[in-house]
Amino acid sequence: MTLYLPIAEVSVNVYLLVGIGGIVGFLSGMFGVGGGFLITPLLFFIGVPPAVAVATGSNQVVASSISGVLAQFKRKAVDVPMGLVLLAGGLAGSGFGIWVFAILSAAGQVDLFVQLSYVLFLGIVGALMLQESLRTMMKTRKGVPPLRRAHQHSWVHGMPLKMKFRASGLYISVIPPLMIGAFVGFLSAVMGVGGGFIMVPAMIYLLGMPTKVVIGTSLFQIIFTTAFTTVMHSVTSQTVDLMLALALIAGGVVGAQIGARIGMRLRADQLRVLLALLVLAVCIRVAMDLLLTPDEAFSITAVALP
Amino acid sequence: MIRWLAPLLFCALPLQAAETIVVGLSQSSVSITADFDGSEILVYGAVKRESPIPTEEPLRVIITVQGPDTALTVRRKDRHFGIWQNRAAITVDRAPSFYAIASSAPLRESLSETEDLRHRITIPRAIRAVGISAEAERSGDFLEALLRIRRAEGRYSLRESSVALTEQTLFRADIALPAALTEGDYKVRIFLTRDGRVVDRMERAIWVRKAGLERFLYQSAHEQPLLYGFAALIVAAAAGWAASALFSRVRW
Repeated sequence: MTLYLPIAEVSVNVYLLVGIGGIVGFLSGMFGVGGGFLITPLLFFIGVPPAVAVATGSNQVVASSISGVLAQFKRKAVDVPMGLVLLAGGLAGSGFGIWVFAILSAAGQVDLFVQLSYVLFLGIVGALMLQESLRTMMKTRKGVPPLRRAHQHSWVHGMPLKMKFRASGLYISVIPPLMIGAFVGFLSAVMGVGGGFIMVPAMIYLLGMPTKVVIGTSLFQIIFTTAFTTVMHSVTSQTVDLMLALALIAGGVVGAQIGARIGMRLRADQLRVLLALLVLAVCIRVAMDLLLTPDEAFSITAVALP
Repeated sequence: MIRWLAPLLFCALPLQAAETIVVGLSQSSVSITADFDGSEILVYGAVKRESPIPTEEPLRVIITVQGPDTALTVRRKDRHFGIWQNRAAITVDRAPSFYAIASSAPLRESLSETEDLRHRITIPRAIRAVGISAEAERSGDFLEALLRIRRAEGRYSLRESSVALTEQTLFRADIALPAALTEGDYKVRIFLTRDGRVVDRMERAIWVRKAGLERFLYQSAHEQPLLYGFAALIVAAAAGWAASALFSRVRW
C-alpha cells in the first residue's frame, strides 16, 4: 500500500515507513538516543528529500521519546532535575552553536569540518566505551564482584552549587551537567544531529550516572530539544510532513516500548557494549561515505523559484 | 500598417498549415489523493486535412508532457585529500520537474536540429542552463548527470516509436505519470512533422492538484506554520502516550 506524502511530494510504501519508524524507535527506547542519525539517511534512501527527512524525523523522535520515557517513568528511571539542568545547558549551547555554524558556513567547507569531527568524536567515544564495557563484562563473567563504589571523587565534586539528584544517587555541582548539556547542544547545532550519542556516554562516564537512569533522562531531555526543532522547522521551512510523520510515529512509539522493555532486561554492561557497537557502526558509516567512491558523484537539489 | 496587416496574417495561417491537429486528452486534471500511485493519460487525436495525404515524406507525431519548472543545484563530489566531498556545483535556471517525450518514429528521423531548437522539444533543450560553464569545469558533465539521475527516477523519459499512428491520420499514446508527482500545470504539446519540419503544433494543459487530506495538510503547513508545528507535536505526544498506555496493559 503506498501513501502520497503532501510535503515531500513523493509516494512511498506505508509498511516501509512504519518499519523504519519501528527500528528507530526501538533503538531510541533501548539506548536513549534520538535516532536522527539513522532516520535521515533511511528516508533519503527511499526518496524523501533531505530537508523533509530531517524535519519530519525530529517529529517522530518526539513521539518515540515520549513513548520510551513513559516506560522509563514507571521504573522511576528518569532523573527529571538532571534532565532539566542538561536541557538548560543544551539550549545555551545550541544558541552558541547556531552562531558558530553561521560563521563556519560563511567561511566555506563547513561540511567537511563537521563530518570529520563527527567521525573522530564517535570513533573515540565508541572505542573507549567498548573497551570499558567489555572489561566490566569479563569481570562479571569471571565472577569478580563489581566494585560498588557509590562514585569516585574527582574534580567534579570540588565545585560549588551542589545539588541532589535523587534518581541518579548523585550529589554534585550543577556546573558539570550544565557544561555537558551546553557542549552537546553546541555539537548538535553544528552537526545537525540530536547528540544522544555523545550525551549518553557523557552522562555515564563524566557524571557517573547509573546506565539505567541515563536512558530515561536522555530521552526526557531529547523530547524538549526535538519538539523545539520540529516547531522551528515547520515555521522556517515548512518541511514537516504530517502524513510521513504519522506513518513513522505509528512504528516508532511501538518500537520504543519494545526497545525499553528489552533494555530493562539487559544488564547495564551488556547495554553499554551494544551502545558502543552502535556508536562505532554509525562512525564507520559516516567514514565510508567520505572514503568510498560514490556510485553517483552528482546530486540534485531543488531550489525554490523566486 | 501593422493594424491592417494582422488580419491578413490571420487568414494566411490556416492556409499555410495544410494538416492540422485535432486532439483529445483522457483527462484534463489529475487529483493527488493520499493513495495516489501514479496515473496514465491517454493523448489521442487525428490529423485534419482538406487535401489528399501528401506522398513525399511520411508524417511523424511527437508528443511531449512537461511538468512545472524549478531551479536546481547540481553538485559534484570529488576526492580531495582522500576524502569525497562536494567540490563543485552549477545552478540550472529552469528544469522541468517532469518531462516525457513520445514519438511515432525515431526522433532523429522526425525532427531537425533547428526545429528542435525553436520548439525546445528534446529533453536537453527543455532545460535552461545559462552561464554554467563559468561555474565549474566540464560543466557539460553536470547536465548529463542531471539527465541520467532524473531518467533513473522516472522523471524524464524518451519513448521513441510509442505513438501509434494509423494511416497517417489517427494517433494515440499513453503517457505514464509517476507516483512522485509535483503539483502544478502540466503542458501537453503535440507536434506534426514532415521531413524534420514542424507542420503543425498544439498545446493542452493538465492540472495536477493535491486533493482532500493532502491539500488540507499542504495548505495548513504553508498558511499556519506555527499551529501546524504544534499540531505535529500534539499528534506525537498523543501517539507516544497511547502506545505507552497500551503496552502497560499487555504483560509480556
